[in-house]
Amino acid sequence: MERLRTPGLVPLILGFYIFVLYAPVLLLPLFSFNDSIYMNFPLKSFTTKWYVAMIEDASMMKALWASVKIAMLSAIVSTILGFLAAKAMTRYRMRGRGVIFGFIMLPLIIPSIILGASLLSFFRQFLDIELTLWTVGSAHVLISIPFSMLVLIARLEGFDRSLEEASYDLGMSAWQTFRRVTLPLAMPGVLASLLLCFLVSFDEFLKAFFLSGNQPTLPVYMYSLLRFPQFLPGVLALGSCILIVSAVLVSIAEWLRRGRVNT
Amino acid sequence: MANSNETLAQSLADQAQLNLSRRLWRLWHINESLRGYVLLSPVLLFMFFMLMVALVTLVVQSFWVDAASGAAVQYTLANYALLLAPEGDIYRVLLGRSLWMSLLITVSVILFCYPIAYVLAFHVHRHKIFWLIVITIPFWASYLLRVFSWKVILQHNGVLNSILMAFGFIDEPLDIFLHNRSAVIVTLTHAWAAFAILPIYVSLEKIDRSLLEAASDLGDGFMRRFWRITLPLSMPGVLGSALLLFIRNVGDYVTPALVGGVSGTMLGNIIVSLFTEMSNEPLAAAVSIAMMVSITLIVCAFVLLIGGRKRLKDVT
Repeated sequence: MERLRTPGLVPLILGFYIFVLYAPVLLLPLFSFNDSIYMNFPLKSFTTKWYVAMIEDASMMKALWASVKIAMLSAIVSTILGFLAAKAMTRYRMRGRGVIFGFIMLPLIIPSIILGASLLSFFRQFLDIELTLWTVGSAHVLISIPFSMLVLIARLEGFDRSLEEASYDLGMSAWQTFRRVTLPLAMPGVLASLLLCFLVSFDEFLKAFFLSGNQPTLPVYMYSLLRFPQFLPGVLALGSCILIVSAVLVSIAEWLRRGRVNT
Repeated sequence: MANSNETLAQSLADQAQLNLSRRLWRLWHINESLRGYVLLSPVLLFMFFMLMVALVTLVVQSFWVDAASGAAVQYTLANYALLLAPEGDIYRVLLGRSLWMSLLITVSVILFCYPIAYVLAFHVHRHKIFWLIVITIPFWASYLLRVFSWKVILQHNGVLNSILMAFGFIDEPLDIFLHNRSAVIVTLTHAWAAFAILPIYVSLEKIDRSLLEAASDLGDGFMRRFWRITLPLSMPGVLGSALLLFIRNVGDYVTPALVGGVSGTMLGNIIVSLFTEMSNEPLAAAVSIAMMVSITLIVCAFVLLIGGRKRLKDVT
């Protein structure tokens, strides 16, 4: 390929897009240190009082803890399920593989509101159970499975099948082979899947909005506060923490995921 | 005698059982598909209930009579009749608007994302993975917070107004930014950008560079080569992400609720309020189903159209 004629153009375009993608998000941490409940310029003085307010807000901390619990459990369950699916998809030749793959990807494609509505109807009318954090968690597993399967398929496709065969030939059982060969080789993918599924669940709003009963998850709780200006700085403070933690987790996950498969 | 007969029968039965388990064992080893299906079964079972049964329940519920809890279930077509009746005008208007806005959002996302995907694929030569990750990171940061930050930017005493006033472009804060359809389109374009950049980048990256060189050698300028070679060959990524974006954005709730105002209200908002404030779940279910059917029809028509055009091209 020939280079662009104007040499400075590529960094300029990259810079522009990075600015447009990041600037709106970075406003939240900026205003979270601003000593005013209005979010505009010019900035007033620097303060950390919103962070103190955030920690002292008991119901916010409760919602945070609920979200962390759900996200951890949902990440573990969907990674296990995603691993089984990815293993089957990459290891065995099956009839209907494409159809099954498409079916497992469906939760990514169907609009959130349809999933939320149908799960609400499923839990309340079909199963006739109360809405709890468990109902939220199971919905999060549903939408995390496609991510987990995709990440793990990419990882499992990359490694040499003869390593597993060698392990069988050397007299290892299926379980030993899994523990000592397959799992260590797939580990970066498994960790990436755990992190990404954690974030998918932690950020999910609409399904939790439909499916949480009395105990809100963090996004649901934050959404309920957005209407009241006096609570906004606290939301900003917590939001900033979430943004930073998410950015770190994604970076680790992407680094693990895109790293070369080397054994 | 009886005793030995019994022993014989017993040993035959044992043999049969041994044979059966041995045959199952052999089937397990010979038949790859079987092992695959067994591994998949937990996922498929989970998804069968959470997806298929759940959707069927929603469809069934859309035929219910809206009654106080405890009353016997009765079936009716009234919910769907309402959607077609003159009183159901609001649902049809909102459905039409949601489909139209989703189309605008999709086009806007693709137009926004194509240039950066192009630059990444053809003009960034070092640290590509790094730049891809940098572009992906904001996409994983809380959707709710990203939408909210656009509200902060666009509102009456918000960032945009305060910057414009500081530079002296305006004297009074303007109210034209928030609570309209453009606010929804801008916010969602920003929210979904990474979702389209990656697939478009992948399909651009796959293009055989020698085709582009051939076009240049045969005298095509940049624009001509782009129209005739690059764009058509990147269509898989463009159309794939466009379909996904269109489907996902029709039912958006958070963005219209936070930045849409009255004119930017979409069907998702009324579905949620039917479920919550008006607690008319059967009607909410019917509206959801109507939305899903319309999306499916449009997507099928689109796919057929694309397929048809492609076949026509192949023939000619």
